[in-house]
Amino acid sequence: MTIDEFLNNISGRFGGNILNASKRSEKRAYIDIYPKDIREFVRYIFKDLAFRFNTASGVDDFDSLEILYHFSHDPSGITISLRAILNDKEGPHIDTITDITRSAWWIERELHELFGIEFDGNADLRPLLLPDDWPQGVYPLRKDFLPPKRDSRKD
Amino acid sequence: MSHKAHIPIGPYHPLQEEPEFYKLVVDDEKVVDVDVRIGYNHRGIEKLSESKSYDQSIFLVERICGICSSSHPIACCQALEDISGIEVPERALYIRSICQELERLHSHMLWLGLAGHFIGYNTVFMWAWKYREPICDIMETVTGNRQNYAMHKVGGVRRDIEKEHVSYILKRLDEFTKHLTMLKGAVLDDPVLHERLKGVGILTKEDAIDYAAIGPVARASDVDIDVRRDHPYGVYDRVKWNVITQDAGDVFAKAVVRILEMFESVSIIRQCLDKMPAGPIDSNPKDIPPGEGIGQIEAPRGECFHYIKSDGTNSPVRHKVRAPTYMNFPTFRETVVGETISDATIILAAIDPCYCCTERMLIVDESDKNVMSVEELIRLSQEKTRKIKERFVIARPEGPKQSQV
Repeated sequence: MTIDEFLNNISGRFGGNILNASKRSEKRAYIDIYPKDIREFVRYIFKDLAFRFNTASGVDDFDSLEILYHFSHDPSGITISLRAILNDKEGPHIDTITDITRSAWWIERELHELFGIEFDGNADLRPLLLPDDWPQGVYPLRKDFLPPKRDSRKD
Repeated sequence: MSHKAHIPIGPYHPLQEEPEFYKLVVDDEKVVDVDVRIGYNHRGIEKLSESKSYDQSIFLVERICGICSSSHPIACCQALEDISGIEVPERALYIRSICQELERLHSHMLWLGLAGHFIGYNTVFMWAWKYREPICDIMETVTGNRQNYAMHKVGGVRRDIEKEHVSYILKRLDEFTKHLTMLKGAVLDDPVLHERLKGVGILTKEDAIDYAAIGPVARASDVDIDVRRDHPYGVYDRVKWNVITQDAGDVFAKAVVRILEMFESVSIIRQCLDKMPAGPIDSNPKDIPPGEGIGQIEAPRGECFHYIKSDGTNSPVRHKVRAPTYMNFPTFRETVVGETISDATIILAAIDPCYCCTERMLIVDESDKNVMSVEELIRLSQEKTRKIKERFVIARPEGPKQSQV
């Protein structure tokens, strides 16, 4: 599968639900989608096209949060990223994909604690990296996060 | 009547190389559930990287892990080169690939030693760590450091391999290969190890694909993937080598993949030294334009993935690091459950976990009567090997005396 074939496939299948598809090179493409469609896209890419899930990465764009779901197709060497933009920064949420692939188990927990993104349908959003007594509503990878001042007298 | 007990392990213990907290639920000898808590070592590297310049970021990611201190910088450089379209000189690509393979050799040797220790083959531990020395010496010759090489930069590498060093590197590689061949025989032909590791901690192909396992863990479960071949970088498409796969998915298969991979790595290094063209080693790029890029490389434990978003300033807007263990670790839910407690250590060790991502404080409930330390777990594991060994000696009384491996 070449990147062009992949882009044709996906636009043929999802057409109007793709906000933007940009080919960066013969091996890379970024596809912007509506967050509500994430499950259909992931199911198609992971299950039907047999891509491997690399990881997901959150980005704080000040006005909104975005999640990039990265997938690689090893037999053809292409890597694509699905971009879902969450405009509601107060209560960002998106459907879980852990029931489609268990490989998203940890990364959804991580995005939940570091960016404060809710994954609807995921019952296991326990903290993964942060300590258990981490304050509620403080998300370290958001741009407005300020690291707590260290009290030198206590050290 | 069944008796379920919770066995907390960690988070801090002198015998654990890194802090992690396991909770095994056992029914008599059998593990029925397992959970792990990481994060005790979480240093906020992704956040920190946002406040560093790109040049500093590479030094920063080099310090994620002492073992993968070539993999992370290369992945980071590749992500930046992906954003900016910077061409890396041919000779630098060869040098990067040589560093990568040296790193794979020393990492797999470390693993082999630890695995040997966990099942009570301390001679394997001594051998593997001793015979890893030539690799660290070569690393020092090539990069100037045994660890934290400071070798890689965007657009190239910092140091060249001098002509007079090539013969030294080849000589030390010969020395290493001789020992590796001996070690391969000692490990792969040992009937006790077959008995001890075959059929233990099986990860099926379906689970490996669903969990998106990578590296030797996936390849031992017959998932034929390798970033070096599938998403070519460096000079891996210009040298001849094979991707090693096994289909059993058990601990033994993972050991076989790693051991045979080391021979491929030696061969890649030799070919690189032979084919390396003369020329510049650095294209001296100046700025990173706005954009986003991905760097994927095959670290010793599997694919190392970096995503960087740039806004045209000197520091990244976002720098995502996904170390290979992050994908391989969750497979423990499939491999440990159903096995005996004496096998838990080696199964968990078989994915070659590296917690370069994680951890902090967690209160362990001391009132739990069934607290077991790692020492005890390793003792249980070593005990099992000893029993198997005895059985073999008894089964073949006239045979050659069992060497005390």
